[in-house]
Amino acid sequence: MEYILIILGAVLVNNFVLTRFLGICPFLGVSKKLPTALGMCGAVVFVMTSASAVTWVVQNLVLEKLGIGYLQTIAFILVIASFVQLVDIAMKKFSPKLHAALGIFLPLITTNCAVLGVSVLNIQLEYGFLKAVIFGFAASLGFSLALIIFTGLREKIDRANPPKAFQGVAIALVTAGLLSLAFMGFASLVK
Amino acid sequence: MILYTTLAIGGIGLICGSALALAARFLAVHEDPRVEELTAILPGVNCGGCGYAGCGDYAKAVVLDGIEITLCAPGGAETLANMAAFMGVEAESGEKQVAIVLCGGDSDQAPRQFQYNGVADCTAAHAVGGGDKKCRYGCLGYSSCARACPVGAIEITEKNLAVVHPELCISCGKCVRTCPRHLIKMVPESRHAHVMCSSKDKGPIVKKACKVGCIGCRICTKQVEDDAITMDGFLAIVNYDKPIESATVAPKCPGKCIVDTDPPPAPVEEEKVEAEV
Repeated sequence: MEYILIILGAVLVNNFVLTRFLGICPFLGVSKKLPTALGMCGAVVFVMTSASAVTWVVQNLVLEKLGIGYLQTIAFILVIASFVQLVDIAMKKFSPKLHAALGIFLPLITTNCAVLGVSVLNIQLEYGFLKAVIFGFAASLGFSLALIIFTGLREKIDRANPPKAFQGVAIALVTAGLLSLAFMGFASLVK
Repeated sequence: MILYTTLAIGGIGLICGSALALAARFLAVHEDPRVEELTAILPGVNCGGCGYAGCGDYAKAVVLDGIEITLCAPGGAETLANMAAFMGVEAESGEKQVAIVLCGGDSDQAPRQFQYNGVADCTAAHAVGGGDKKCRYGCLGYSSCARACPVGAIEITEKNLAVVHPELCISCGKCVRTCPRHLIKMVPESRHAHVMCSSKDKGPIVKKACKVGCIGCRICTKQVEDDAITMDGFLAIVNYDKPIESATVAPKCPGKCIVDTDPPPAPVEEEKVEAEV
């Protein structure tokens, strides 16, 4: 039950993009076409889930033991970046097809605030290892949900011929705001 | 204390760094160096006109799968020559082809028969009652071709007509495949006489639908030699492999649909090219 609440909370109530406002850059950047957005979603799910696991280990087994937990930001950036790079190299070697689908998105999100955010939140909320991984996975699902909905909206808006002053980024930001408002409706669903 | 922190962070960095170095060494994938070199020769606009996902993908297909080197239209003769030299094969080069929208019926010339309020897309507009334009063949002006163009060479004028700027066109042919009314053709860049109409209707029907349509009077076919303009039903067609004196034919057309595009239309203003987000 607790795990279900964590998942619901991260996907709907405290959606990373629409409620916590993390990961806005890819949210606006790769939301023009659905195939690109789906590729990004795959990469985000992978990176956020694995980053949660790796950073939990680094924090609890290395930094805490040495009493330097306050250095988590630097250490996390270091670890996440090299971990993603490592996975990128391994993927290219062992699964070229997966690399072709996700490869170009991986470097884009290594130092993304959503990835760092989920790692830091895991520590702040004092989650255990399993909970941290589930939270990371759910947070990335939430990100994917927001990105896919938003891409669908933008593809429609592109063809709807908005007034000249609204075209492009302006209408995209307005839409993102309204989508965020809609997600505020989930507030208090899960504490 | 400061020693501990430095050592700890430095240690993490060292471990990560060594892991990456080891991975780069033992998991390295051997790539044909020619792929990268050929990619550098290609124009790098990634238009997809060749049918591959981008210049890199096409270069890979050429080097590894032996695909022909003539598929890159934007590169033109120069790139083709460079590719031929690099791959060690002979290549024939043709003249640069540019797209042209064979319709001159803007909103002043060709009236609409009803008000269309649907999505701004030509295919959608064409599907609703055969399009809102009275002319069943004319340019609808809902930007489908302009959206398809990877380099922003197609402008939709204020009078709702698509116009290709030939100096920007990279001849990828995407607009040709996009237009639901098949109005866009690839023509040699040096040719300036075009029949700016694609209506196959009879003269009286064309006249009701557009002020600059081809009425099928055949006058132009008599002005040129060697069947350089022929009739397809009630529509004059320019045969681009035969020479035409554009200056003499254009003024003779009673429907004013044969135009002389020399000099070409004014270049697109900078502001019109929308920045990528």
